[in-house]
Amino acid sequence: MGVEPGMTTSVPASSRPRLARHVRLTFDRAREQHVLLQPESVVVLNRTGADILGLCDGQRTVTEIEEELHGRYNRVVDDEVQHFLARLVAKRCVEISDG
Amino acid sequence: MDRPFGLLAELTYSCPLSCAYCSNPLNLADYRDELATAEWRRVLVEAQELGVLQCHLSGGEPLLRRDLVEIVQSASELGLYTNLVTSAIGLSRRRAEELRAAGLDHVQISIQADEPVASDRIAGTPSFQRKIEAAHVVKELGWPLTVNVVLHRQNIDVIADILGLAEELEADRVELANTQYYGWALRNRDTLLPSEAQLGRAEAVVRAARKRLEGRMDVIYVLPDYYSRYPKPCMGGWGKRQLTVAPNGDVLPCPAAHALPLPRASVRDDSLTRIWTESPLFQRFRGTDWMPDPCRSCDRREIDFGGCRCQAFELTGDAARTDPVCHLSPDHGIVAETVRAANEGTRPGEEVLVPRPHRA
Repeated sequence: MGVEPGMTTSVPASSRPRLARHVRLTFDRAREQHVLLQPESVVVLNRTGADILGLCDGQRTVTEIEEELHGRYNRVVDDEVQHFLARLVAKRCVEISDG
Repeated sequence: MDRPFGLLAELTYSCPLSCAYCSNPLNLADYRDELATAEWRRVLVEAQELGVLQCHLSGGEPLLRRDLVEIVQSASELGLYTNLVTSAIGLSRRRAEELRAAGLDHVQISIQADEPVASDRIAGTPSFQRKIEAAHVVKELGWPLTVNVVLHRQNIDVIADILGLAEELEADRVELANTQYYGWALRNRDTLLPSEAQLGRAEAVVRAARKRLEGRMDVIYVLPDYYSRYPKPCMGGWGKRQLTVAPNGDVLPCPAAHALPLPRASVRDDSLTRIWTESPLFQRFRGTDWMPDPCRSCDRREIDFGGCRCQAFELTGDAARTDPVCHLSPDHGIVAETVRAANEGTRPGEEVLVPRPHRA
């Protein structure tokens, strides 16, 4: 799967996403939710979002992340993964390197 | 009741710089009895329990605290996102490496202008070169870098060059924030407030820079609220999202709330949770019940929360009035008059600013 035309921040399936240096994924115990912390903001994540980001280690490719989540959820999540990552790449929370 | 996301930890009001736009209180000497390391540790633990996720280490100059590394380490071990807001004076390579090892997440370095002469004059001390060196160290150690610039009449015209410098330094973010008129800045307000023409030119530069730097550097621009139609949503609401702990342990809903005529709340006398949930200081302006008209019946009351209580107090003597910045405020004339004066050509060319003292 290549780069989709017309999208400035698409995420190729072969790329290996990782969290940008300035963000931190953590569990907010007081509010019982997963969050992504940035210098001046907090992004609240749903369960799937937290799971995707938890797998963004700069080693796994997007395809491998999708396969891993297939196994966990027993449903197709590919589009969800790509769209979610594209949004976070646009916000500079996730960096991708081509594998 | 909402839980706070952010703690502004003002570790000391002492500072190697003496910027005339400083928002620290005028009575700096009242804050010399600073919290000890163990007291800050307790504050951080309690803040984390209360729901705080981000800890902004500020001042004054936080690097003047010899225990800064220990404080960062404690915050980091609690899982807080730690953000150092600094002049960079004292950020030697060794100190930076120690802070990196302690888990500091992010560094914000202030600069006062785009070149040493103006920057050092505004800062009141030779500092520009050291800031640039420190910014390089920050990047070399792999930290994200934010360059902070407080804008005012004497530097807003070089905003394009300031952006150019931030780009050269490979900043990840640049915050261009017009002066907020509290503390020393309020005292120097009439000399600091830019004209409408200056602001118009600055905004055009910012718009172009955002386009050019998209995806590389975030450009944050904060308007001076004196020129806004509506007030800023101060702190995202009183006692709603943020809290400040001053160097002496006073807990404040807004960093400018030192002087409000309400009972003090201090971490030396009480727990952070009790102060947040029960203290008269935090309860006084929570929600919308306290509001007078025009706020009470305004459909923006949940958007801007009536503006800043401290600004209302500073300008009218009554913290419960609508922020005079709002064009609907019965006191708006106070702000309008100041803005009018800033736009008249009759001001003297050489204007004198009162520098804040270095020592708290």
